[in-house]
Amino acid sequence: MSYELVGISVLWLFLYGYLIVASIDFGAGFFAYFAKVTKKDHIINKLISRYLSPVWEVTNVFFVFFFVGLIGFFPDMAYYFGQSLLIPGSIAIVLLAIRGSFYAFENYGSKENHLYMFLYGATGLLIPAALSTALTISEGGFIEETENGVHLMYGELFSSPYSWSVVFLAIVSVLYISSMFLAFYAKRAGDQPALDLVRKYALFWSSPTIIASLTTFIALSQQNPEHFQRAIDLWWVFGISVAFFMAAVFLIYQGKYYGWAFIAVMLQFFVAFFGYGASHLPYLLYPYVTLSGGVTSEAMAVALIVVFIAGLLLLIPSLIMLMRMFLFDADYVKGKK
Amino acid sequence: MFDLDSATLSRMLTALTLGYHAIFATLGVGIPVMISIAEFIGIKKKDPHYTLLARRWTRGFTITVAVGVVTGTAIGLQLSLLWPSFMQLAGKVIALPLFMETFAFFFEAIFLGIYLYTWDRFKNPMYHWLLSIPVVIGSTLSAFFITSVNGFLNTPQGFELEGDTVTSIQPLAAMFNPATPTKVFHVVSTSYLTAAAVLATIAAIYLLKKKNTLYHMKALKLTVVSVFIFAIATAIAGDLSAKFLAEEQPEKLAAGEWHFETEEGADLVVFGTLNENQEVENAIRIPNALSFLAHGDFNAEVTGLDQIPDDEEPPLWIHYMFDLMVSIGFFTLGISLMYMVFWKVKKWNEYHPLLLWGIASLGPLSMAAVEFGWVFAELGRQPWILRGFMTVSEGATTSPYVGWMLILFIGLYTVLSIGCIIALRKIFKGNPAEHELEHRYPEVAAAKEGN
Repeated sequence: MSYELVGISVLWLFLYGYLIVASIDFGAGFFAYFAKVTKKDHIINKLISRYLSPVWEVTNVFFVFFFVGLIGFFPDMAYYFGQSLLIPGSIAIVLLAIRGSFYAFENYGSKENHLYMFLYGATGLLIPAALSTALTISEGGFIEETENGVHLMYGELFSSPYSWSVVFLAIVSVLYISSMFLAFYAKRAGDQPALDLVRKYALFWSSPTIIASLTTFIALSQQNPEHFQRAIDLWWVFGISVAFFMAAVFLIYQGKYYGWAFIAVMLQFFVAFFGYGASHLPYLLYPYVTLSGGVTSEAMAVALIVVFIAGLLLLIPSLIMLMRMFLFDADYVKGKK
Repeated sequence: MFDLDSATLSRMLTALTLGYHAIFATLGVGIPVMISIAEFIGIKKKDPHYTLLARRWTRGFTITVAVGVVTGTAIGLQLSLLWPSFMQLAGKVIALPLFMETFAFFFEAIFLGIYLYTWDRFKNPMYHWLLSIPVVIGSTLSAFFITSVNGFLNTPQGFELEGDTVTSIQPLAAMFNPATPTKVFHVVSTSYLTAAAVLATIAAIYLLKKKNTLYHMKALKLTVVSVFIFAIATAIAGDLSAKFLAEEQPEKLAAGEWHFETEEGADLVVFGTLNENQEVENAIRIPNALSFLAHGDFNAEVTGLDQIPDDEEPPLWIHYMFDLMVSIGFFTLGISLMYMVFWKVKKWNEYHPLLLWGIASLGPLSMAAVEFGWVFAELGRQPWILRGFMTVSEGATTSPYVGWMLILFIGLYTVLSIGCIIALRKIFKGNPAEHELEHRYPEVAAAKEGN
């Protein structure tokens, strides 16, 4: 396997990790607000904050890891994305900053403030929308390179069916992943009222998720026919993803194996995400940056991969420790510790 | 509305974000050390006062760390958004320390989460204390890696530039560039110093408000002694940094010291002003001291600005930044030393209000010195973004929207500051240490307080 392929796989893995942990977080914010509006907040808010409190900072690192790694392995991406994404990037930073810091601020006070809960819920949906812009423009057709530099064409972006379907997919996936996780967590906590509530959310958000996946595919065929063709060639990968989706929904509907259901959700997105990534290649940013064209020097690639392996040896045991203490420790989840 | 070009606006926005982040990053590196020390003393001496100190510091720390994390994410992304051409070039050479910094950050984040939510979860309190060690290691390593990146910008090496193409990259040589050792030493020691000073300020203010409890007295003793130790380390680091500058970046030292003519036995210029003819007035001159500062020899030759091409000269006002930083450093050393003398000499009162006011000033002053020091270091390598290779204007974005983003981020940092202050007040205002002590450790509170 070439260095660049190792590099992009590693980065894709971290982006996938961020997709899962951040979706849980972002969706939880929305559900917390929704529960408050519908006067059901006493049922699930404790559950959400018990899970989120020890891990919100870790969630943030996944994201930092991805973009620092991307610049490290593919410095040309810094140029093209940096030039074109000033506004959506800055908006995403501001939303992330408000959300992250205010989570910590409020964690020690009361969660009674209506405006705060609204902001917390709203940013949970706006951040995925802002971040998904980066994936959208990587398909090409939204940026132009002139003598004055690289510019994002906002008119094209806002009038494109593809960009809107990506935004829609990002938002509904967030709500779907989050509610599936919360159902699992409520089951661990033995919290029946919370479980009943989030199980309904999970079933509700499953259909828009699969519909949005399909419409995004169709819009992609308009936006980037070559990419669409490569995705069609990988049809079986997406078929496996759909199978996992059906398994997850079936298990939740049965109401027994919540742990397996969430694993199925993770596999559903893992397979689809890697299928999407694989069909995106050889372009990282169509048509400006290709996998082999944008890669850094060999010496740096080797150094990064060595550090990456050493880092994982440090991180994986630590992450397992974190999860055992807060996610899989039944007494903690139930609120006894 | 914005008459300034993108490069100037990008500089302003970067300075704003970094200047704001530096406050929280400094605390983020230093406070875990103080927490770890306090918890350790508490366990060893079986003194709940120190354990409570660690607990309360930790609670405040979560608020500052949150702002540090989000503003750190902001600067991480802004580097590419505002300086795309620069990151395209530099990213090829310094990706390694940038990448490692996120590993250190990851490590710290995981253990900070565990540390925060496991007080009272272990039978043996040493296990909980052990969790503070990875937090200290992670935050200090973060400082090390990111400072090595800054060192690279000052003394780039480990690559060759052929036209626009970067070749012969040596990641380790770039990381361990000549500026790295002194910069890291200076950044880490001043972070520890500043965090200890900020905590000393809090203790001193409580004592000034006549809350003469054992808890605040112990807090003062621990923090001021730490300030003294870290101030000595900072002074050594500062001296090594000056010698490094004389060797590798003479233009920065010369501009900072208003040293115009290359000469032997150069005088040190302290404060003063410049008149229209670029002559120094109203200054205190210490004969031959600059030579000693730069080379450890009173008669050594010090390169002056006459050796530097005019268009590569840093702005001369950084002189004030240098002088303010150094003065605060010596003031901090002096006050903390005075406290220790007063404490050891039985007849003298180390809680004299004037001395307490002096200690109370150390936190804000140290933080100001951190900012002055960074302004000196960063403006001192103007006009370069990558010294000798790329100027600031070549590295900046061409986007016409930077001015609007500047306004957006001014708004963000205002909101974050207000939220941070409200949250800290909420934590400590309604829950003074005495109450908490009574609540958690009734047996200690029952024994007579406040002698």
